[in-house]
Amino acid sequence: MDLSWYLSLSAVLFTIGVLGVLLRRNVIVVFLSIELMLNAVNLSLIAFSQSFGDVDGQILVFFVMSVAAAEAAVGLAIVIALFRNTLSVNVDEVSLFRG
Amino acid sequence: MPLDMELLVQLILLPPLFMAAFSGMMGLFAPAWRKNEWLIGGLALAAVAVPFGATVALFLGFSGEAHVVSYFTWLRAGDLQVDFAYRVDQLSLIMTLIVTGVGSLIHLYSIGYMHDDAGFWRFFPYLNLFIFAMLNLVLAENLVVLFLGWEGVGLCSYLLIGYWYTDLKNSAAANKAFIVNRVGDFAFLVAMFLVFKTVTAGIAGPFGLDFTTMLSAPGLALMTGSVAFWAVLLMFIGATGKSAQIPLFVWLPDAMAGPTPVSALIHAATMVTSGLYLLARMSPLVLQAPTVMAIIAVVGTLTAVMAATVAITQNDIKKVLAYSTVSQLGYMFLATGVGAFYVAIFHVMTHAFFKACLFLGSGSVIHSMHHIEHDLEHKGLIPSSHGHDAADTPLDSEAHQNPLRTNPLPYDGPFDAQDMRTMGGLKKGMPITRVTFLVSTLAIAGIAPLSGFFSKDEILYRTFLAGTSPEGNVGYMVLWVVGLITAFLTAVYMTRAYLLTFEGESRWPGAHSVHAHESPWTMTLPLVVLAVLAAVAGFIGLPAVLGPNWLHGWLVGHGEHAGPVADYFFNHEISHATEWGLLALGLGVAVAGVALAWVGLGYGRRGPVADAKMKRGLGWIYAAASRKWGWDEAYDAAIVNPVIEGSRRGLAPFDQNVVDGGVKGLVRGFRLTSLGMKRLQTGFVQQYALALVLGVVFVMAVLLFG
Repeated sequence: MDLSWYLSLSAVLFTIGVLGVLLRRNVIVVFLSIELMLNAVNLSLIAFSQSFGDVDGQILVFFVMSVAAAEAAVGLAIVIALFRNTLSVNVDEVSLFRG
Repeated sequence: MPLDMELLVQLILLPPLFMAAFSGMMGLFAPAWRKNEWLIGGLALAAVAVPFGATVALFLGFSGEAHVVSYFTWLRAGDLQVDFAYRVDQLSLIMTLIVTGVGSLIHLYSIGYMHDDAGFWRFFPYLNLFIFAMLNLVLAENLVVLFLGWEGVGLCSYLLIGYWYTDLKNSAAANKAFIVNRVGDFAFLVAMFLVFKTVTAGIAGPFGLDFTTMLSAPGLALMTGSVAFWAVLLMFIGATGKSAQIPLFVWLPDAMAGPTPVSALIHAATMVTSGLYLLARMSPLVLQAPTVMAIIAVVGTLTAVMAATVAITQNDIKKVLAYSTVSQLGYMFLATGVGAFYVAIFHVMTHAFFKACLFLGSGSVIHSMHHIEHDLEHKGLIPSSHGHDAADTPLDSEAHQNPLRTNPLPYDGPFDAQDMRTMGGLKKGMPITRVTFLVSTLAIAGIAPLSGFFSKDEILYRTFLAGTSPEGNVGYMVLWVVGLITAFLTAVYMTRAYLLTFEGESRWPGAHSVHAHESPWTMTLPLVVLAVLAAVAGFIGLPAVLGPNWLHGWLVGHGEHAGPVADYFFNHEISHATEWGLLALGLGVAVAGVALAWVGLGYGRRGPVADAKMKRGLGWIYAAASRKWGWDEAYDAAIVNPVIEGSRRGLAPFDQNVVDGGVKGLVRGFRLTSLGMKRLQTGFVQQYALALVLGVVFVMAVLLFG
């Protein structure tokens, strides 16, 4: 199948992720959007890897997945800490670092 | 057996350096170490005694050939190549013997003198460091290493003058010594630059200001005329700082604020003679600048007579000795000025012995007077000096207004352990100190056959030759007469100091119940050794009519055995009768001076009251001398006060407005900027993310379309 299909899907997913991060207020949704962006990139890596017959891209995907797993653990811990302190998951209510 | 020069020179230089570092570090980081007085003092003494032994070995095995030991290259830049090189020759050996020999004795003395001082652990590393610097100075093979030692001894002098730093007076004296010396050091540096510039232009290859090149025939040929004039003049200005001559001598009397062993070692026996050593080392070059030599002779003579008059008027025993040192240094410069460099070194040596002995003797006296002060306070005969100082009493307080106020002391103010007016009659309790002090007093006064007679007589003899020789100038006769007057004054003030201290009645209150006691053996042993040396050292430089002059043969030599010190002998035949006459005249002047103070004025019988007669006899000279000829006031008026005023009027506003204003303006600028910038930091994560995305989009746009 043509490479451009995969890349298009990847771009669409990535854009959705970006918009989710920028526009949504629920911190868990923001978090999901980040995962979406990561997987969009994974998709394009796999596509290139298969298209060029080169396994490097697939190896890189494993790295991304393991980092994403670690990031999910840390991120969820932050979300829990946030909820315990503010009883909310709305990012607009958290601006402790305002200058 | 040939000597291992490299090893011996290392044995001379390294022990004091190592011990200064080791003992200082231990004292600094291990407070328990500070209590081991005997260990600290003993190790410090060993670190000077070992170099002394090594020097004796070098001296006994000396072949007559100058030997240069070079360890490694210190600096290399262009034509400049300076080595850590040391020179073993007749002159440096004599100086090293003095430094390590007298240094060892003074280290031993200090163990007794500094006993129970809170800074004992600090004192000995300083002394060791001083010895190291001084050895660098006298052993250096080039002017740069010599300058390293020159600055090093200045630093140690500063540290030791301000040793009791809790008293502001002492710190001020230390600063004064350092700053005044800086003036001279600057001139010395310029002289080095001039020599370097001149010599590199004339020879091929790298040059490191080493004496071998500089003082060789081709090197000397490059430095003639105005170059020689300026180089020697600038070196002499450097020497006036270190060796306390007019106009830079003012720091030395104040330097007596340091502990007495320091005064003996640094400010009498060794450091202050380094200017003389420099000129003797450079003597072939100095001889090429006859104008400067005349200046040196005149300045030396003026310093000698000026300081001698001041010494007569002083009541502080250490101040008498300090001005005496300035005066004797003046003599040495007179010798240098008439081309008799080896005689200057001769006087350096004899002076090191008798003046160190006098200073240590005065230290022994002060030590004893402190015990007397303690006993007097204990018995309630004088007010306790702790907590309440008479100088702190306001003038209008009761103590000052009460006409029946009974100050038990013969002067206003608190008990002063250094004031000779409180002393008197110390010979009863302190026989060893008294005998050694008397021997040294007679030696410095110039009584034959003690050492001072020979060295001083040789200086006057050479000045006389310069004045009468057809090549010379009759002006030197004036210097000769002034020199004789100075010799007379020397005999007077030293006899006065001896009599006021040791003879007559004890003048402290309650003298019948409180007695002086002799110092411990660590202090009396060096006194005895130095007194013996002060008595016999003159025989190595006998005048021509009496016998061979060993020192002349050693330092100057002739033909194949020429030594490192040049000598300009005014070619002039004078009869043996004249020579005998000059010797007799020198002795007569000394005897007259002693007799005047002892019998004529009667300092022994009458005590300080005898000053009144002297005051009448000398008139305005006494008045001026007791004000120290107004040198300090003149410096205050000409330099110190204008600088302080200028700082207050000009620099302080500049500092506050321009420097501080600039810094404050910068701060204000940053604060305003950050007020604006902090709006960017909203704390909303999504705005940061938006900025990130926009940034990526921008970069992508540039990469794709740019």
